[in-house]
Amino acid sequence: MAKDTAGDAFVQFDRVQKSYDGETLVVKDLNLEMPRGEFLTMLGPSGSGKTTCLMMLAGFETATHGDILLDGVSINNIPPHKRGIGMVFQNYALFPHMTIAENLSFPLEVRKMGKSDREEKVKRALDMVEMGAFGGRRPAQLSGGQQQRIALARALVFEPELVLMDEPLGALDKQLREKMQFEITDLAHRLGITVVYVTHDQTEALTMSDRVAVFDDGRIQQLAKPDQLYEEPENSFVAQFIGENNTMEGIVKEIKDGLAMVELDGGEVIACKPVNVSKPGDRTRVSIRPERVEYNKDRIHDNAQKLKAEVLEFIYMGDIFRTRLRVAGNDEFIVKTRNAPDQMRLKPGEQIEIGWLPEDCRALDA
Amino acid sequence: MSASTNTEPMLSADGKPLKQSLARALRRQKIRALLLIAPLLAFIFIAFILPIISMLFRSVENDIVATTLPQTVAALQTWDSSTGELPDEPVYAAFASDIQKAAKAKIHTKVGLRLNYEQSGIASLFKKTARKAKKWDMEADGPFKEKLIDIHKGWSNVETWQTLKVHSSNYTSGYFLNAIDMHKTASGPEFQPENKQILLTLFGRTLIMSLAIMGSCLLLGYPVAWLLANLPMRHANLLMILVLLPFWTSLLVRTSAWKVMLQQQGVINDVLVNLGLVADSARLVMINNETGTIVAMTHILLPFMILPMYSVMQTIPPSYLRAAKSLGATNTTAFWRVYFPQSVPGIGAGSILVFILAIGYYITPEIVGGTKGVFISNRIAYHILRSLNWGLAAALGTILLVAVLILYWAYDKMVGIDNVKLGG
Repeated sequence: MAKDTAGDAFVQFDRVQKSYDGETLVVKDLNLEMPRGEFLTMLGPSGSGKTTCLMMLAGFETATHGDILLDGVSINNIPPHKRGIGMVFQNYALFPHMTIAENLSFPLEVRKMGKSDREEKVKRALDMVEMGAFGGRRPAQLSGGQQQRIALARALVFEPELVLMDEPLGALDKQLREKMQFEITDLAHRLGITVVYVTHDQTEALTMSDRVAVFDDGRIQQLAKPDQLYEEPENSFVAQFIGENNTMEGIVKEIKDGLAMVELDGGEVIACKPVNVSKPGDRTRVSIRPERVEYNKDRIHDNAQKLKAEVLEFIYMGDIFRTRLRVAGNDEFIVKTRNAPDQMRLKPGEQIEIGWLPEDCRALDA
Repeated sequence: MSASTNTEPMLSADGKPLKQSLARALRRQKIRALLLIAPLLAFIFIAFILPIISMLFRSVENDIVATTLPQTVAALQTWDSSTGELPDEPVYAAFASDIQKAAKAKIHTKVGLRLNYEQSGIASLFKKTARKAKKWDMEADGPFKEKLIDIHKGWSNVETWQTLKVHSSNYTSGYFLNAIDMHKTASGPEFQPENKQILLTLFGRTLIMSLAIMGSCLLLGYPVAWLLANLPMRHANLLMILVLLPFWTSLLVRTSAWKVMLQQQGVINDVLVNLGLVADSARLVMINNETGTIVAMTHILLPFMILPMYSVMQTIPPSYLRAAKSLGATNTTAFWRVYFPQSVPGIGAGSILVFILAIGYYITPEIVGGTKGVFISNRIAYHILRSLNWGLAAALGTILLVAVLILYWAYDKMVGIDNVKLGG
């Protein structure tokens, strides 16, 4: 199905800007390249410009400046119905006055496909999402998860190479959402389609995507693979937005041997990995993941950065323990530890020592 | 299917049937709810349901002849009206006695008026007769056949007696026959003479013009409703005010304004003549005919079409159109295949509303309709206010009511009344 254009980007945003009112930019200078077959997620808080980007790609919004290219061709002036891009909407947008089969048949009918071809493709698409028996029903007779599957099947039935999904799982409950996350990625990889997926749910982004673009303030803050994004955030927004993070502010004292010595506002000096600090005197926000901190003496590494801490709260969560500590004057320092047989259970008021590897502690912009 | 297919009724904890317990638990609530709406129910019953029932009854009620002229009606029983011969003396004597009593009770004009609807001239015949009959002595002054014929030659006319006999029953289909341009004769129902036929034409015109008004409201209103539902809030509010603006102006003012606009020396004609599009000698006739009525009523009823359509369109998310386009449909296809079918409930509601309002409209056709643009309602008003033939007015009203109900039923059969939404 896909013709090989190795190396060339399949979807490309080239210096794209978007403004609705002529006064503020909703999307500021967006550059993005996607190879064919990639599953890319646009993640960000609401108002960050991710949905606007998706709508520009679908053709429902026009870019104020810049080019959007699909397979090397600028699609700025191509109307939505000629772009051949499949789309799954937030509330599914299944046509309520048509049956499921008619819904699926619609994109084929407008493409003037013959009746027998249509029926065959509709049947195949329904089987693909395991909804073969539901062709005669109306959308209102289906559950949320079933409607979601039909919306997916409808976006795929005319075999588009690119499929856009706008928070498609937002209306489902947690369990169903997790199941559908798997089904969507599985289907996308099986069919080899390119997917642009918009969500504000970071778990969804991390579990489903090949790459994640984190949006904030109309810009891509970081575009990386999920593990990179989580473990090596490039700035404090990404560090804060993805997962949980302990942050402490301070000033860089010196940088040597790939480590930055940071004097925290409480007076303690700790070693961190410099990410976007360049010289002594820079103000920085150091960030460390709760699960990378240890308080069990046997587990603290010899090279670890150690600090004194006071236990404020110990929460038993079943699979993990969540401990709130006061560290270097920060009352919101969280540590997550696995519920292992040898793990200590702390009591509020206890004075302990915690430690972490200096490379897990990242000195980011303040 | 749920598991509630047990044939045994469910029992509550104390062993009573669950339904009974539930009904008791809800009874207080129901009574309170009923009391809250009781004033409204009473008002509707007195001001709406009773008048309708009384109107329906009036369209068949005809006891005036039998109660005013009881002896005559009894005597006429034996008279064969089809022979073409005048009744015998006993009938005349009975009538003389009846009319004397009626004249003394001063109710003879009413019955005269009633029979005058059926055969013109009877009213004056009754008046004249009653005046003379007051002075008669019933024992001595007979025979009355010659006396009556002497007073007025109408009494030697077989038709007069036929009319009396035909309309002597307590209930009559006469008004309904009148309402469809027929009348009762001694030999059964017949069509009125051509020059008296008007009501069927009026019914037909009312129906056709109401449909035309409904159609033009739909054509003009649909795009407005669409804009209202799809513009940003600020602009939509302004547009909504414009739509509602007519409601703030008196109906009479608006209708009169159309008179100013449309008349032959009016604004539109003047502009067309000044532009040279129309010759001064050939000014368009746009008022006091069907055109005037359709234009003015479309304007007046437009909001009733727009508002239900708007409230339905508001519930159609824009993502449906987007979805259709993303699936490859052109704007036109997306509209007709996806948007339009979902707006049909609004069209249905608006059309029914406008049609029913139009079919019974009175003031506007009266002012701008002339003679060619008046509706059946104007005729009903005429019979109520001028000719005082309330029975005929009631029959016309009943036919109108039944026609609307039949159309409503037909709509339900064709489109389904569940498909009518006023929003939500």
